[in-house]
Amino acid sequence: MRADDDAHTPVPDPVLRLRGVGKEFFGTSVLREIDLTLFPGQVHALVGENGAGKSTLMKVVAGVHRPDTGTIELDGAPVSFATPLDAQRAGVATVFQEFNLLPDRSVAENVYLGREPLRRGMVDRRRLHADTSRLLDDLGLTSITPWTRVGSLSVAQQQVVEIVKAVSYDARIISMDEPTAALAEQEVALLYELVGRLRDRGVAILYVSHRLQEIYDLADTITVLKDGNHMLTAPAAEVSPDRLVRTMVGRDFAGFFPDKPADTVSGELSGELSGELSGEVAGEVPGEVRLALEGAGNSMVDGIDLEVRAGEIVALAGLQGSGRTEIAHGVFGIAPFTRGRMTVDGQPVRVRTPRQGVRHRLALVTEDRKSEGLALGQSVLANARLVLDAVLPRASDRRARGVPGVLRSLAVPASTVASARDVEVQYLSGGNQQKVVLAKWLVTEPRVIVLDEPTRGIDVGAKRAVYDLMRTLTAEGTAVLLISSELPEVVAMADRVLVLRDGRVAGELPGGSDEETIMALATGAA
Amino acid sequence: MTAGTGARRYHLGSTEIVYLALVGILVVAGVLVAVRGGNLFAQGNVSYMLTQTSLLGFVAVGQTLVVLCRSLDLSVGYVVALCSLIGATTMAGDPSRVWLGVVAALAVAAGVGLVNGLIISALRVNAFIATLGMGLIVKGFLDTRFKGPEGEVPFAFQTFGYTRIGPVPVSTIVMLLVAAAAFVLLTRTRAGYHMFAVGGNLDVARLSGVRTGRTLVLAHVLCSLCAGVAGLLIAARFGTGNALVYSYGLDLDSIAAVVLGGTLLFGGRGSVIGTVGGVAILAVLDTAFNVLDVNPFFKDVLRGVIIIAAVALYARRQIDPASRRVRFGAKGSASRGGDVA
Repeated sequence: MRADDDAHTPVPDPVLRLRGVGKEFFGTSVLREIDLTLFPGQVHALVGENGAGKSTLMKVVAGVHRPDTGTIELDGAPVSFATPLDAQRAGVATVFQEFNLLPDRSVAENVYLGREPLRRGMVDRRRLHADTSRLLDDLGLTSITPWTRVGSLSVAQQQVVEIVKAVSYDARIISMDEPTAALAEQEVALLYELVGRLRDRGVAILYVSHRLQEIYDLADTITVLKDGNHMLTAPAAEVSPDRLVRTMVGRDFAGFFPDKPADTVSGELSGELSGELSGEVAGEVPGEVRLALEGAGNSMVDGIDLEVRAGEIVALAGLQGSGRTEIAHGVFGIAPFTRGRMTVDGQPVRVRTPRQGVRHRLALVTEDRKSEGLALGQSVLANARLVLDAVLPRASDRRARGVPGVLRSLAVPASTVASARDVEVQYLSGGNQQKVVLAKWLVTEPRVIVLDEPTRGIDVGAKRAVYDLMRTLTAEGTAVLLISSELPEVVAMADRVLVLRDGRVAGELPGGSDEETIMALATGAA
Repeated sequence: MTAGTGARRYHLGSTEIVYLALVGILVVAGVLVAVRGGNLFAQGNVSYMLTQTSLLGFVAVGQTLVVLCRSLDLSVGYVVALCSLIGATTMAGDPSRVWLGVVAALAVAAGVGLVNGLIISALRVNAFIATLGMGLIVKGFLDTRFKGPEGEVPFAFQTFGYTRIGPVPVSTIVMLLVAAAAFVLLTRTRAGYHMFAVGGNLDVARLSGVRTGRTLVLAHVLCSLCAGVAGLLIAARFGTGNALVYSYGLDLDSIAAVVLGGTLLFGGRGSVIGTVGGVAILAVLDTAFNVLDVNPFFKDVLRGVIIIAAVALYARRQIDPASRRVRFGAKGSASRGGDVA
């Protein structure tokens, strides 16, 4: 299928070669002796936990950082990029996680920013649009027009525009940092297709991802980094998922999701039994109803019926924009429900602001931790106390004493816990930042906690900590509402799965239902 | 498909709204004046209205450029005063020195803009502080150097202030030409494209190879030049230069006009056409208040209320479009089949 499968084709020359690359920050070595070779028309996956050095390595390739040791060769000639722009002009483009686009400008204006075609001193708009059209056509992107305002595109399409911009620089090497982190399952297809086309055009792709599925779907070669060391480079077909995860974290894949408590029964059954059992074995079997919605709705969702019991994990699955986050926002009073009933522990409540939500002992871990979850320039402790200080000032000093313990229980490194008063959260890894967000809510001792994409963009170890936390919470009788685009996570963790489509509940499935069934409901194929 | 690509209802852009608001205000003001037995659209009133637009228009068109770059120029009022004096004293009543006066005034204006731009881009001083400081420096210079009106503008140049073609003052036509030039700059030149980029996201602009510092400096030079032209217009109208012009409040009025015109104060989005609409709205209000004999203090209160109300209205519209999508009406019935195309 691919050119390199043909035995008669000679092995192509590498387009980019890193030899013995090392990088230190303030005396701490972040990368040691990294070798990396990229071939045209191949997808090279770079995997490792957060803090393993993937981002630093990508930034070295992108020209953001200059390596302290080692060399970079482009087409066999040593190069040194002074700025990202130099790298880009040399054909080495990088698509970072944060979008580098202007939402108020058109697709064409974004793609050719800084290189607008001129005609008699004026921008040649006709050529600008024609050139962009040609690029889009070449890549088979028929759903995007050059004059569309970027801000009106979906997240996936914006990602694609960034890649188109990279291609417009005649990039021969494109690095992508977690390109699917913000995409829903069905949007990923668009990206897959694009990566496939780029590969066919002979572009070398360096692909960073936390999702194993993607790595096996796309990659020809896999390189694993751990703690700044180069652990492994091998053809994807020769590395089993188990071995991959073991190399990354030194842990077996089988133990990735914590087991459910042994005697938990499936969703429907537990509903019938819970009445008699809840008293004695609360935590083992879902207990009384903590959160209930009856016919709840607002401008984005409608007719939502939902129950989450003490000790239960209910997952909301569905495509991006199906109304999952909107339900979380309705429950927590960010965009309150305007219809229907909501009860917490059997008491009817009206939650019109997040403050009222906290007072009813609800908690919401938002989707976007950097802009909605954390005050990045403030200390770990200040962030962890934020809700206490704001909403429960009388209890705040007493409960804040629990912060170090909560952080330790979330497996935050001891050094970070010890300096919680001084370390600003912006300097923590994504996984540890997420743990601070969780700690902020745990100290309020919520009865219902809503987790919106709690493991997005965090490393495997931190993911495991989040899963363990969910089990601990349910054992203590907290009700957990989990929103996730990662179906394996939904399947492994949830007791029941509510699938949403177009703002309504499309159906309910018992925990452990397979991913295909969930997707079928979510896409309307079922 | 995915959210955002489905059938989308047409919704008004900010510029259309500005002109709708202008028409609305014209109608309301016209009716109010008519009820009092007057005519807002009498030739005298229309001329007054248009005259009002030209002075603020120059300053606001320039201000649009810097605001689009996510910058600000609070020194424009002082630059106007300074340039009126430099123009008038250089001309010194001699018709042959008119061009010299014009060039001198504009050169000084450009110099102030250059310094503003360099302070902001090279020294990385916040634009608010940088231009406030520059304004103070110019004010101090004006207050020590000039006592009252000075210089004399020859009659030939005073025509710039007074001549009309029909009810339309020449100065208004010149202002519209300047606005048209700014429009072409923003929509047809790289420099203009890059102003949107610098204001939209500085890092994106830089990583795309835009020379961000140069773009910002250019915007500030052009902004000051526009203020310089406004200064010359003042000199032409008064026949002399006058330092006290800085108390006209042109700095804040120009920002108000820019924002009324739908340009985002955080840069990256907006248009000169909108700004001209914003200037016109302020001029209509001013004229109507005069004709209606509104107490001058209460006039300011009304202007303040209208500016805040307008911007509050825009703010509501500028919330992320995705969060404004409505899938279900108040009764809960699906208003349309979601975003699935």
